[in-house]
Amino acid sequence: MNRHLLSTGDLTRDDAELILETAEELRSLADRPIKKLPALRGRTVVNLFFEDSTRTRISFEAAAKRLSADVINFAAKGSSLSKGESLKDTALTLEAMGADAVVIRHWASGAPHLLANSGWVRSSVVNAGDGTHEHPTQALLDAFTMWRHLGNLDGRRIAIVGDVLHSRVARSNALLLRTLGAEVTLVAPPTLLPVGVESWDAETSYDLDSVLPKSDAVMMLRVQRERMNAAFFPTQREYSRRYGLDARRMAMLQDHTLVMHPGPMIRGMEITADVADSDRSVIVEQVTNGVAVRMAVLYLLLSGNESETGRTTDAGPTEATTDTDGAQS
Amino acid sequence: MSSYLIKQARILGGEPTDLLVDGGVITGVGQGLAADGAEIVGAEGLVALPGLVDLHTHLREPGREDAETVETGTRAAALGGFTAVHAMANTDPVADTAGVVEQVWRLGREAGHCDVFPVGAVTVGLAGERLAELGAMADSAARVRVFSDDGKCVSDAVLMRRALEYVKAFDGVIAQHAQEPRLTEDAQMNEGELSGRLGLRGWPAVAEEAIIARDCLLAAHVGSRLHVCHVSTAGSVEIVRWAKSKGWNVTAEACPHHLLLTDELAATYDPLYKVNPPLRSAADVEALRAGLADGTIDIVATDHAPHPLEDKDCEWQTAAFGMLGLETALSIVQQTMVDPGLLDWAGVAERMSYAPARIGRVEDHGRPVAEGEPANFVLYDPAFSRVVDASELASLSRNTPYAGRELPGRVVATFLRGRATVLDGKLT
Repeated sequence: MNRHLLSTGDLTRDDAELILETAEELRSLADRPIKKLPALRGRTVVNLFFEDSTRTRISFEAAAKRLSADVINFAAKGSSLSKGESLKDTALTLEAMGADAVVIRHWASGAPHLLANSGWVRSSVVNAGDGTHEHPTQALLDAFTMWRHLGNLDGRRIAIVGDVLHSRVARSNALLLRTLGAEVTLVAPPTLLPVGVESWDAETSYDLDSVLPKSDAVMMLRVQRERMNAAFFPTQREYSRRYGLDARRMAMLQDHTLVMHPGPMIRGMEITADVADSDRSVIVEQVTNGVAVRMAVLYLLLSGNESETGRTTDAGPTEATTDTDGAQS
Repeated sequence: MSSYLIKQARILGGEPTDLLVDGGVITGVGQGLAADGAEIVGAEGLVALPGLVDLHTHLREPGREDAETVETGTRAAALGGFTAVHAMANTDPVADTAGVVEQVWRLGREAGHCDVFPVGAVTVGLAGERLAELGAMADSAARVRVFSDDGKCVSDAVLMRRALEYVKAFDGVIAQHAQEPRLTEDAQMNEGELSGRLGLRGWPAVAEEAIIARDCLLAAHVGSRLHVCHVSTAGSVEIVRWAKSKGWNVTAEACPHHLLLTDELAATYDPLYKVNPPLRSAADVEALRAGLADGTIDIVATDHAPHPLEDKDCEWQTAAFGMLGLETALSIVQQTMVDPGLLDWAGVAERMSYAPARIGRVEDHGRPVAEGEPANFVLYDPAFSRVVDASELASLSRNTPYAGRELPGRVVATFLRGRATVLDGKLT
C-alpha cells in the first residue's frame, strides 16, 4: 500500500482486500466489552477539518482512539469564500507538533494530494473527503458493508443513484468497486452526470426503474435542494419522482438487494423514510463499519508496515482468530 | 549613442551577414562591414529577428508591485527578446483613464528596457457596465490603440458592439477575453473527462467559442476591428478561420503555454498549471499549432501573468490563474513550431513582431532587420539548450510552468533603438 490514502484509484485489488480483511478482524472489537487495542499507542493522528463534518470526524476519532493513538482535532478556519490560515501554514504547524497521520477533510478538490506531495509534512495523509473529488474511506466502508452481506463482489451489480456530478462518494466508489470486480451503474439526470463520464469504467443510465431489478445494491446519494436553483433539475418533487427511492421502487428490488446511503440523508428527497428505515437498509450498519474500516486504514498506514506489498506477515492487529466465513452472512 | 558592428548574423535564418548599427538605426547590412569605434558583437550561428512585440503582458503596476513592476517585467521582456510590450489594463487602479495609462507609459520610458504600450480598459473598472473614456486614452501621451478588459470578458453584447463601433474613430481595436461568464462560474480547468475525474469545475470550450463567434459577427456587422486574446480551443481556431474567410477584420493570438502544455498537468493539482483560459487537450494544442502555421492565428502573445508565491503555493481552487511567459516564449515557439517545421524564422518574425505591431498600431516596431530601419532586433541562438531555473528569472515572480524543463534556444542580445538592452544573455 502507498504511504497515503488519497484516492481509491491508487489501491490495487490486494490493497483493497487487505483493508477489508483487516477491517473484518477489527470489527469484532465492537462486540467486546473493552473496545481498545494498543496497536497505535504513542502515535498521533490529527483530524484536520477545513469543512464541517461531524460524522466523519467522530468516526475517524473513534477509530484512532480504539487503536490507542493520540488524537488531535483541528478545525481549520477559512472556506472557499473567506480565506483563513493557508493550508501550508497549517501543515507546517502540524508537522512541528509531530503528527504521524493527518486525516484531512477539505472543500477544495486535490487538497490532500497537495498536502501529501508538498513536502510540508512527513506524515501519512488520509483523504477524508476533498471537494467534489474523492472520499476513499467512505467507499471502503461501503464496499466492506456490501462484502459482508454479498460476499465476493465479482460480477455484482451496484447502482449509484443521484448527484454523481458533485459527489466525491460516487467517484471513490466507482473506482473501488471496479477494482473489486463489481459492475457499476451510475444513475442520474443528464445534468448531474459529469462531462466525460462515458470514459469512466461504469455504465450510466437516466432511468432508475430499469436499473433497480438487476441491482445487488443501490446506493442513494445526497442531493442538495439548492441544486435546483442552478437548473440541474426543475423541482424537488420532480427529482424525487424520477430518481428518489420510495416504497414502489423498493418493491422492484431483488430480495437480497441492499439499500445504502452515505449520509446525511435528506428524507423525502432522494429516499423516503419508510425505505431508509426498512429491513434491507444497511445505512446504520454503514456507520458501524466506518469505524472498523478507518481503524484498518490507520493501522495499515501507521503500524510499521513497510513491506512492499503491504501484507503483514504476523497474525494481524488483533489476537483473535478471524472468522470471515461466519461474518459474511 | 554607441554604435555596434554585428558580425555574421543570419537574418531570419538566412546567409550570415554583418550588421552596422548607429544612431538607433541599422545603417548597413552586408559582408565585411567595418566601422571605427563600433563595439563588435560576434554573432556566428545566431539568428537575427526583429525585436519581438508582445500584445498581451501583465506588468501588474500600479497596484500589485509584489508580483511584478514595470521595471522587473520589462527586464524579463528584454531577456526574452522583446522590444515592445502591451501592458494589460487589469491593474489597481484599472487602466481606464488617461491618467493611469500615461503613468504606465511613463514608467516604461523610465525603465528603458523595452517600450511599454499601455492597453486601455474597455469598461470602467473592468466592470462591464459602461464604456471607459476610450478617446481620452487614445489621445493621451500613451496613444492607446488596444483596448481590453482582459481577465474579464466584455460579455454584454450591446456594450461590445458599441465598443467595437466607437474605437473606429481612432483606429483602435478591441482585444476580447472570450469567456462566457455564466458557463464558467468558478471554473477551474478545461471541462472534459479529466475535470470530471479530478472533481474540478469545468471550463468548457463552448464558453470561449460562443463569445468568439458572436464577436466576429458583431465586428463584421459594425465594420470594426476585433482581436481575440489567447485562443485555446480547436473550435475557436475554426471560427476565426471562418471569419477570416469572410474577409472580416478579425485577428487572433495564441499563447506559448497553449502551444505546448495540456490539461493532463492538472492531475498534479499543482497550481503552476492553473491558467485562464485553461490548458486544453492535445487535440486543441495540435489545432492551435496548425492555425498558427497557416496564419489563422496571427500572433503569439505571452499572457505573461506574474503572481506572488503565496498565490500559487496553495489549493488549486484558491490559487490565482496565470503563468509567466516573457522569458520563455521564443524558446517555446522554437520547440513547438520551428523545430517541427511548422514555421520558419520569417514566420516567427511575422507572428511575434510584424503582426503584433500592426495590430497594436505600433510604429518603429515590427520592422524588418534591414538597412535604414530602426535598430530593434534580437540575436538568438537556436542551437543552445537550457534547463529553466525559476530562481534565475528576471521577473519578480516565480510562477513558471517550465521550471526543470529543458527548452531550446537562448536570447543572446536584444537591441532597442540601437542600444543593447541584453548582451551575452545578460541585461546590460
